[in-house]
Amino acid sequence: MCAYRDEDPRLHDLKTKIRVVPNFPKPGIMFQDITTLLLDPKAFKNTIDMFVERYKGKNISVVAGIEARGFIFGSPIALAIGAKFVPMRKPKKLPGKVISQEYILEYGRDCLELHVGAVEHGERALVVDDLIATGGTLCAAMDLLERVGAEVVECACVIELPELKGRERLNGKPLYVLVECFECCQ
Amino acid sequence: MTPDINKLNQNKTPTLCSISSLLLFPNTSVSEGNTKANHLFLFFSFSQHLAMFAEENGLRGDPRLQAISQAIRVVPHFPKQGIMFQDITTLLLDHKAFKDTVDIFVDRYRDMHISVVAGIEARGFMFGPAIALGIGAKFVPLRKPRKLPGEVISEKYALEYGTDCLELHVGAVQPGERAIVIDDLVATGGTLSAGVKLLERVGAEVVECACVIGVPEVKGQCRLIGKPLYVLVEPRQADKCC
Repeated sequence: MCAYRDEDPRLHDLKTKIRVVPNFPKPGIMFQDITTLLLDPKAFKNTIDMFVERYKGKNISVVAGIEARGFIFGSPIALAIGAKFVPMRKPKKLPGKVISQEYILEYGRDCLELHVGAVEHGERALVVDDLIATGGTLCAAMDLLERVGAEVVECACVIELPELKGRERLNGKPLYVLVECFECCQ
Repeated sequence: MTPDINKLNQNKTPTLCSISSLLLFPNTSVSEGNTKANHLFLFFSFSQHLAMFAEENGLRGDPRLQAISQAIRVVPHFPKQGIMFQDITTLLLDHKAFKDTVDIFVDRYRDMHISVVAGIEARGFMFGPAIALGIGAKFVPLRKPRKLPGEVISEKYALEYGTDCLELHVGAVQPGERAIVIDDLVATGGTLSAGVKLLERVGAEVVECACVIGVPEVKGQCRLIGKPLYVLVEPRQADKCC
């Protein structure tokens, strides 16, 4: 089940464009597939527009997108609000000198990396991903930005899974989402 | 329109092309010369159609191209010794140059009735979506195996050592749709070729492939399957500083 955040009519259309794929990547998970949203140019544009309307004129100079679906939303947002786009990547993808942040997965650990020098001290930043579940990845991204002295203004996601309490994990950082989904994990 | 090479070869009258090819290959008869000339003509016309650099195709002297080139960072010996890696992340940090990159592609494709922009994971995801939004097309990610959650079709392609694989969601692209394929850089063309094949397998018409950077060798020897390739800049040499 999905709920709207408010009465913006564009949100209803967005909700219907997200495809649920049962039992991916493993049994019990109802995967929220945003690729079907990307197939509708108007709905994809509306999604970007809603973020751009929120962040334009707020002196944000960095949009950090989390590999790889965060690149799809983050890069158009960055272009539209006049910010730089900074990819946050899995290990060994970025070619230059990096700083790394480990984070916990359900089983095991993973790691996000950021290029040294991409973000400067005092810059105001957004973190963008398609979905927030437990918040582990977003936390790692925020940690990286704060380690280089940036101010994380907000985390922005298309979808939130509120039952996984990712919002609480963000250490008080604001989270803005367009769509909430319940009963996505059984 | 591809000339009928058999018809051309039967022509025994020397043409301007065949005279030039006789100069290049002196020990040939006129009809052999015609054959060689026709092959040369097709080679040049194909290679000119196959690989177009922006500077030679409508954007000569455009200052945006120089700024785009200079915004790209060269990282020596990544991912291994001898490779001068073309790092576009520094281009993404330069808002004007990044916007200009996207605008050049949008201007090119806006009126070509393109309904699909396919971006190759992952750096194709940094340029493709904005291009898709700019021309009103859908964005279709072409991904490494097991990333796409729904039913997929797969296409293998050769690496220097071994093979890799690209996947496309079934149903994302309809037969007859006109598509472009986007990546940050083209070298051998193997990955782009796999992307083209996936789209053609579902009945799409791939109009062109587009990359920010293309090695000069693509002009002559890229393995793209006869699709035009549009490239903004050549790779940079290593930066002299530090």
